[in-house]
Amino acid sequence: MNYQMDWSVITDNFDIFMEGLLVTLKISALSLAISIPIGIIAGLCRISRNRVLSFLAASYVEVIRGIPLLVLLLWIFFVLGKFMKLGSFWSAVIGLAVFSGAFVAEIVRAGIQSVPRGQMEAARSSGMNYFQAMKLIILPQALRKVLPPLASQFIILIKDSSLASVIAVVDLSLVGHNLVATTFRVLEVWTFIAAVYFVITFSLSQIIRYFERKYRVLE
Amino acid sequence: MISIRNVSKSYGQVKVLHDIDLEIPQSQVFALIGPSGAGKSTLIRTINALEDIQEGEILIDGVSVHDKKTDINKLRANIGFVFQSFNLYPHLTALENVTIAPVNVKNANKKEAEEKGKELLASLGLGDKFASYPGQLSGGQQQRVAIARALAMDPKVMLFDEPTSALDPEMVKEVLDAIRKLAATGMTMAVVTHEMGFAKEICNQIVFMAEGKIVEVAEPKEFFSNPKTDRAQDFLAKVLNH
Repeated sequence: MNYQMDWSVITDNFDIFMEGLLVTLKISALSLAISIPIGIIAGLCRISRNRVLSFLAASYVEVIRGIPLLVLLLWIFFVLGKFMKLGSFWSAVIGLAVFSGAFVAEIVRAGIQSVPRGQMEAARSSGMNYFQAMKLIILPQALRKVLPPLASQFIILIKDSSLASVIAVVDLSLVGHNLVATTFRVLEVWTFIAAVYFVITFSLSQIIRYFERKYRVLE
Repeated sequence: MISIRNVSKSYGQVKVLHDIDLEIPQSQVFALIGPSGAGKSTLIRTINALEDIQEGEILIDGVSVHDKKTDINKLRANIGFVFQSFNLYPHLTALENVTIAPVNVKNANKKEAEEKGKELLASLGLGDKFASYPGQLSGGQQQRVAIARALAMDPKVMLFDEPTSALDPEMVKEVLDAIRKLAATGMTMAVVTHEMGFAKEICNQIVFMAEGKIVEVAEPKEFFSNPKTDRAQDFLAKVLNH
């Protein structure tokens, strides 16, 4: 094998890569930020005593988990996107947020259920209503406990954002596709892109680890 | 102050409280004692509606606890409850544990709530523990923080559900001392306890329960020296002679 590595494809197109990276970061950050409230609300509804709410939340989780992300993105882009004139960028953000939200909901639900019942009893005994108790006592503990699985979920979300390229979002991976098509430098381009994804996800996991340590609760 | 009238409670088919009638007047301390499974904890938990009831009525200062029209959060703000397992909030410091309810439920000024919280903690011998998290405190210290947390709401009544049962023996005294001091201030209290010496010393009345019923209510001296029912005699023989 006498393949000659030529990294100039990276340096020559660095600006294009950075534009793609920016799009990847934007899509990931936005869908991550939206998936957190979606997940918390769906997780709370899931454990609600209100049958309608818990049924709706359970349906959301089951339906979304049962559809491949690729199919969901295509469906949102071609069906929802056409009706609501979303465009590829927002179709991707919404698709990823809704997809990730279902998993966050399950993580949040598990977190809430892992907080001992006495915590809710103590909070309610002091006169807090259900929502105050959730906000001040239960969720802060639940979210601390589920930081590790949440970190995994968010890392998956960042990597999954590469699927946005199928609906013509010019993110890091589509930039890669395009450059490979014109330069044929397959090895250099995909190695570089793999490294960039790793740097992003590793940074995120370090940030979350920092919070994990900072907010560790002695039991 | 606390009126329990004809209260019955069941879990499905199993009746755990049978026609409970009990009147706890203001500034009195009542001890609830009896064998495990007697319904003592269940009864005390019905007083602040941690448990519902199927029959009867409980009034606190004239307000019906289980009435749907009662604002239960407002009522509970006036009832201090101390749990066997402390149930302190592990993500908050001792002082935050004490101030979180006054600030968020009573909309107390944060500064004033902190001042008051520090005073309460100091009066319970925790003057150097304001910034400690529950996980850094001993069981006895945690339970005293829990007492301070309840007192921070200026409750009209205090309920204790086996406050020393989860403690190492050498920490029982510090918690009982705290409750003793509280009794001296004229607080209306109900205490589920297995500490017979404590019940004898500070309580105005002993309520002896067995199998979901109140078997005997008597003054401590009378109860411990001359229990009227066989059930109480049998119980005392078992707990006192060992």
